[in-house]
Amino acid sequence: MTDMTVSSNAPMAPAQAKSLLTLDDRTRRRNAAERRFRMMGLVGVTIGIVALVFLLGSILSNGLSSFQQTYVRLDVFLDPARLDKAGTRDPAEIAKVTTFGYAPLIEKALADSMAAKGVQGEGISVKAAAELISKEAPADLRRYVLADPSAIGTTVTFDLLANGRIDGYYKGRVTMDSAQLDRNVSPQQLMLADRLKSAGILTTHFNWAFFTAPDSSDTRPESAGLGVAILGSAYMMIIVLVLSLPLGVATSIYLEEFAPQNRWTDLIEVNIANLAAVPSVVFGILGLAAFINFAGLPQSAPVVGGLVLTLMTLPTIIIATRAAFKSVPPSIRDAALGVGASKMQAIFHHVLPLAMPGILTGTIIGLARALGETAPLLLIGMVAFVRDYPAGPPEGFFDPASALPVQVYNWTQRGDPAFIERASGAIIVLLVFLILMNLSAIILRRRYERRW
Amino acid sequence: MSVGVIILVVLVLAALGYVFGRQRAMAVSQQSGIKLHSLPSYYGQMVGLFAAVPALLALVLWLLIQPVVIERSVTAMIPDSAIPEGGALSLVMSDVRRIAGGLDAVLAKGGVGEAEVDRIAANPSDLRARLAEVGVPLVGDVPVAVFEAARAYRSMTQTGSILMAATVIAIAAVLAGLVYRRIEPHMRARNVSESFIKLLLIASSLVAILTTVGIILSLVFETISFFKIYPAQDFFFSTVWNPQFRGGSDLGILPLLWGTFYVSFIALLVAVPIGLMIAIYLSEYAGKSLRSFAKPAIEMLAGIPTIVYGLFALVTIGPFLRDYLAQPLGLGSSSSSVLTAGLVMGIMIIPFVSSLSDDIINAVPQALRDGSYGLGATQSETIRKVVMPAALPGIVGAILLAASRAIGETMIVVLGAGAAAKLDLNPFEAMTTVTVKIVSQLTGDTEFASPETLVAFALGLTLFTFTLALNVLALYIVRKYREQYE
Repeated sequence: MTDMTVSSNAPMAPAQAKSLLTLDDRTRRRNAAERRFRMMGLVGVTIGIVALVFLLGSILSNGLSSFQQTYVRLDVFLDPARLDKAGTRDPAEIAKVTTFGYAPLIEKALADSMAAKGVQGEGISVKAAAELISKEAPADLRRYVLADPSAIGTTVTFDLLANGRIDGYYKGRVTMDSAQLDRNVSPQQLMLADRLKSAGILTTHFNWAFFTAPDSSDTRPESAGLGVAILGSAYMMIIVLVLSLPLGVATSIYLEEFAPQNRWTDLIEVNIANLAAVPSVVFGILGLAAFINFAGLPQSAPVVGGLVLTLMTLPTIIIATRAAFKSVPPSIRDAALGVGASKMQAIFHHVLPLAMPGILTGTIIGLARALGETAPLLLIGMVAFVRDYPAGPPEGFFDPASALPVQVYNWTQRGDPAFIERASGAIIVLLVFLILMNLSAIILRRRYERRW
Repeated sequence: MSVGVIILVVLVLAALGYVFGRQRAMAVSQQSGIKLHSLPSYYGQMVGLFAAVPALLALVLWLLIQPVVIERSVTAMIPDSAIPEGGALSLVMSDVRRIAGGLDAVLAKGGVGEAEVDRIAANPSDLRARLAEVGVPLVGDVPVAVFEAARAYRSMTQTGSILMAATVIAIAAVLAGLVYRRIEPHMRARNVSESFIKLLLIASSLVAILTTVGIILSLVFETISFFKIYPAQDFFFSTVWNPQFRGGSDLGILPLLWGTFYVSFIALLVAVPIGLMIAIYLSEYAGKSLRSFAKPAIEMLAGIPTIVYGLFALVTIGPFLRDYLAQPLGLGSSSSSVLTAGLVMGIMIIPFVSSLSDDIINAVPQALRDGSYGLGATQSETIRKVVMPAALPGIVGAILLAASRAIGETMIVVLGAGAAAKLDLNPFEAMTTVTVKIVSQLTGDTEFASPETLVAFALGLTLFTFTLALNVLALYIVRKYREQYE
């Protein structure tokens, strides 16, 4: 073998007589391979970053428009003859007028407003013109009147939601060509919308209702909001925080400071490592079987979601907390024990406070992960259509609610493309929350973490 | 008394126990002139712990057991004749619960006493109208037996909650009183309360075990009841997945497994090369500034919720692949496809491959590299011939972990891969996975006696077994490898 190598190298010998400063073919090839390899690495990094930018860019470009909304500004005369025939201003009497009773008021206000601003109908009936306004608008009007019956008989200026198609027209989702084929809107109506816009009746401004309004039915994407979802997510985060932080810290203290090295402890540790890697959908099955079927907790309730997410977050918090405990040098413990503290005192009075920044950082990161988790919540019934706000805590924990990521999923399953815009907008809200949480974790770490 | 109030009362008792226990300890010591064994606050802490913890534990146990006991005795009250033809006992029981809840609402609304229930009982035809008033609609007439069961259910629940409040508060008060009376200067209060706290610490570390046990039990029990009504060999070896909600479904897992592995395979095909290139570049070539920017940016990919990737697949990648690849090539016209889900999932798991591989490459001792450079190898030759072989087991572990992530991933495939169960090779076809079917079989109205619902648990158990095996293997490999160089 050795002979072979030597003999095969022998013919190369004359080539090596050349100067060291001029590269031979082989070196050049090797250097080229080196450059190629390096290039590949750089390409990999670039792909990773481009993917991130592309992902965020696509969500932003789809969703940012949902923070703007088209409104129709009308002076509506709240006609007592229609809303309160008896003239008693009795709330029970007024409540008997359904939303159908309010629609004619809006129609009339639109007709008046068009006449006053000199907008031509050009063959569009008042009824077809009123279709530019959302079906949700009469309900909004009714809510306003019920909240303030004394407004009846006066003229109030309202910003009524425009129909989803009209809103989509100004966001580029609906065009004249697509309106040709659309049963819900005609090109004539879009042209009328343009005239209304130049007359100042149609306006576009920031969509606050997106953050406060509840979900809406399939035909009214313009009024869909995140109110219930944000509240539900907040409730679940409260439950996760309250349960997982003490449980996680207690577990870590035991495993890190007290547990003897034996099989039992090994079992717990292997368990925690595995729980961290169990697919999230399996936690959903656990929640359905254990909390809903066995313990009889209500479906769609934040309390069940909170419990499931707590179990999912625990491993993250335990791993972070144990790392924080490990980073506190043993000299601290020894000093405390040396001046006569008990082991418990040494841990609770000295080690725990020093480990606290690390623990909190880990907790915030765990919470951020729990906030974006979707699959387990689908299984415990949080996809249900919920329009009512849950009550205040603690009763509200048992009321049906939605959650931010589930609301996104819910909207992707609707037919109207306007809901895709809403879903992307909801993702932006979710990402903003996540960024805020992660930033606070980073700041916490920079500020308080001590290097020993 | 609601549960919240009971908890509050117990906590107040515990707080009082702390204050009085502390005072008594100081008083006793002053009286007898003997120094206390522990600091006074430990005596208070001891009383407080004994007041709060056993009582709250009893509360939780009671809440778990009471519904089971009541359910059982009420079920016994319902004669077979009250169960409608083809109906199930569970449906009657849910009626019982609804009527009981409705009666509560009637009483709360009318502001009338218990006598009202007797009056309703005397006039059953009135019942439907009264319940409808408070928003509890009933279908058909209520048999007398069911109504009586509902009354019994109601009264037992009421007695139960009164008993519960009494028991829990009594436990708190009695234990606090007993410990309080035993306070004397020689008592080792610190040792007692520290042992108590240690017990609590041990108990909370059992939650992790309980979770695993809970997962396994809930999966295994429902899977067993699934196999009782659906033959196991059909589930494991049938190639047809076709659930029918009127019965007679084909529930073969093979098409789902095929979809799962196909999507995961494409995801790994994307993530492994890119992830490895990133890991090599960042650990061996990149300067400090690039590394400090690129590493967190790429790890951000792992922190983005999967629903975001799902939406990305649905609105961007899916239509793009359909319009620019599948339709021009004539391979399909569906925007949800294996390739869509695989590509997006691949992006998601890049950081799982790159981060762990990065750590492992960094853990290869510098001496190996220096030896290779000393022999005249270039940097890339060193990486390919020396560093990578040394890091290989760890990298395999990282890839296995990424694979288990991919198999268990749900939202991307729910939104990106489609819902049709197919055994097909064309990556532009919509296919479905185990996780998608778990979600679709368990969302909406679920009836826990039908194989169509129970199959989700069998699917869950399969998924759990696969991911667990992959994880254990990966952790074993990674751990073994780490030991090698430490």
